[in-house]
Amino acid sequence: MDTHNTYNYTVVRQFALMTILWGIIGTDIGVWIASELAYPSLNLGAPWLSFGRLRPLHTNIAIFAFGGSALFATSYYVVQRTCHTRLFSDKLASFTFWGWQLVMVLALLTLPLGMTSGRAYAELEWPIDILLALVWGAYAIVFFGTLLQRSTPHIYVANWFFGAYILAVALLELFASAALPVSLWPMKSYSVYPGAVDAMVTWWYGHGLIGSFLTAAFFGALYYFLPRQIGRPLYSYRLAIVQFWATVSLALWSGPQHLLYTALPDWLQSLGMVFALLLLVPFSGGVVNGFMTMSGEWHRLRTDPVLRFFIAALLFYGLSIVEGSVMAIKSINALTHYTDWTVGHAHAGGLGWIGFLTIGALYAMLPRLLRCEQMYSTRLIDTHFWLATTGVVLYLLAMAAAGVVQSTMWYAENDDGTLTYRFIESVQATHYLYVVRAFGGFLYLIGMVVMAYNAWKTVVGSMPVTTSAASHHTHAPANPSIGAGHSAETHHPSDAHHADPHHTNPHHTATRDSHGDMRRHP
Amino acid sequence: MSHEVVEKKVGLLAVLVLSLVSIGGLAEIVPLFFLTAPPGVGSTVEPVQGLQPYDALRLEGRDIYLREGCGQCHTQMVRPLQAETERFGHYSLAGESVYDHPSLWGSKRTGPDLAQIGSRYSDFWNREHLRNPEAVVHGSVMPAYPWLARTVLDGALTTTKMRTMNTLITLTCATCATYSEKQIEEGPAKVRGSTEEEALIAYLNGDPDQPGGLGQLSTPVR
Repeated sequence: MDTHNTYNYTVVRQFALMTILWGIIGTDIGVWIASELAYPSLNLGAPWLSFGRLRPLHTNIAIFAFGGSALFATSYYVVQRTCHTRLFSDKLASFTFWGWQLVMVLALLTLPLGMTSGRAYAELEWPIDILLALVWGAYAIVFFGTLLQRSTPHIYVANWFFGAYILAVALLELFASAALPVSLWPMKSYSVYPGAVDAMVTWWYGHGLIGSFLTAAFFGALYYFLPRQIGRPLYSYRLAIVQFWATVSLALWSGPQHLLYTALPDWLQSLGMVFALLLLVPFSGGVVNGFMTMSGEWHRLRTDPVLRFFIAALLFYGLSIVEGSVMAIKSINALTHYTDWTVGHAHAGGLGWIGFLTIGALYAMLPRLLRCEQMYSTRLIDTHFWLATTGVVLYLLAMAAAGVVQSTMWYAENDDGTLTYRFIESVQATHYLYVVRAFGGFLYLIGMVVMAYNAWKTVVGSMPVTTSAASHHTHAPANPSIGAGHSAETHHPSDAHHADPHHTNPHHTATRDSHGDMRRHP
Repeated sequence: MSHEVVEKKVGLLAVLVLSLVSIGGLAEIVPLFFLTAPPGVGSTVEPVQGLQPYDALRLEGRDIYLREGCGQCHTQMVRPLQAETERFGHYSLAGESVYDHPSLWGSKRTGPDLAQIGSRYSDFWNREHLRNPEAVVHGSVMPAYPWLARTVLDGALTTTKMRTMNTLITLTCATCATYSEKQIEEGPAKVRGSTEEEALIAYLNGDPDQPGGLGQLSTPVR
């Protein structure tokens, strides 16, 4: 049977292509505001171009438009392929696509106008929040509805992560958006929480978003695409179970780590620090699981740039979690907090983990969604990889250096206890580092453009095939791209399982996993 | 219970996940509504001695601070570290932000902390600085805000804002003061005709009669 008829690939394709567009817009705004910090005259005296208004737009587009579209695409793709069933409702799925894009276009319009709730990463004002809640509700119905009508006995591990993130984000958005409206236009509201409580809610939400949206959900994607790309089952199903429940139990506790030494009660700060350290357990479990799945296949990194994206994503992830937990230790946080070190840390996660994983997943998915053997150019994927890697590394080095410069200068005291440096001296000292950071971001942006070109050529190249397949539905299975899929480069997980007699998974999860990617037979 | 049960029952999986993710928020946020301190010290939901809600002009100024995203680069949270109190003034207390909906503590200092900035600079300095930061602070990377001086407030939303604040204060802070009917009625008139720049500077400088450190220090920030 033609998977393009069995599964709803239309909505996946829409989200996947929009992910690329939002990736370009998000990094583009990022490069622009990074340049503003190096050369403030770029603010151009225009309200809607000023750093303070564009930075929330950058984070919203990067997290929700780019990351969000990527998660919609991957979760819809994975849940169908691993449950052997079509999405629960095509209409609702289509509503989530258009609704989500509308939310992001509204963000693009209202945030530069200065309409913001003022809560970090939840800046969108109340009317947009209501729309967002409707879309998210529809998403939950589509996803869980699809799980309910699955024709496999088990729910594959990737889907637990996706399901948990959908529920957690619903909870987070609900409480983080609680506000009393003041007016519809300009959109304006006041948060219901008073100062100190509000700060705690902000970071309960903010770090909860990191744990669910930016970690759990992307592990859902990784646990499908990585084994698939390697052609082997996931190293340890048991480890994934531990990782999952530990993430779910711990991820929404570490908000106070963003408020160390503030006016938040001390017991709460200590609690946040403890949970931030505990989070190392599930998070590193995920890294180990990913790397061990590569055992014996490391040589493939030389030839498979898509696999390289996945592995580099895990490396950046490992870097940022270790860094994050260390930064949550109070005495270290005293130095790193408020500096650009934190910005670097956030981008190790954002550009490195989320970005690389999304890019890898797109390169893995697009050919299937477009009914062709492979992307237009593997060489361009390789180019993209090196552009993105160089960009991220420059970014991280520049921000780490800026963080060290700032904390050194801010806390330097003379023998008599007076301050050594004026604040502005620390700003001047970071100028060239800001230039390097903007350049790193620029390279990353060029990489995104290369991907867009590659995707565009793939779409164009796939068109005649799509047309003929559309007019001869019954012949569709004869199309080599449908039948063969990636088989030349990507073995079916179950093939790998059978081919590997030493594989001793106690749960025989390999076969469970493998069902996930088998097409239904007519 | 074998894990296999969870893997086969969607409803059970969802209920378990929702219960587990809820605990953190319940344990860390809910108690903050019930913290008390000796009178005047202030807590998460109690004002420091004598702190009043922002007057109409400062409330509008605060909304401009929010709109322009000043908090993207400026914190309002001085931590109890020596170099920090030396540079920015007395460390911040929870009870100083009970009237802040939302909080403006911030998380990044591209520019200096502004919690205790009040009255360290003259209105003249603040005006020049907002119109062209480079002119008064060489090497500043802050954008210029020339449009604030050009925009005059009409106070159209002031009444609604003050009433909304009253509702929020009543809901969350038992020992807080609210706006009187007279203050609310006079609100729009106090705002009308001022420029956004004046409102923002009034907010930044704070009310000299108010506690919370505002107006206590007269030395420029280092």
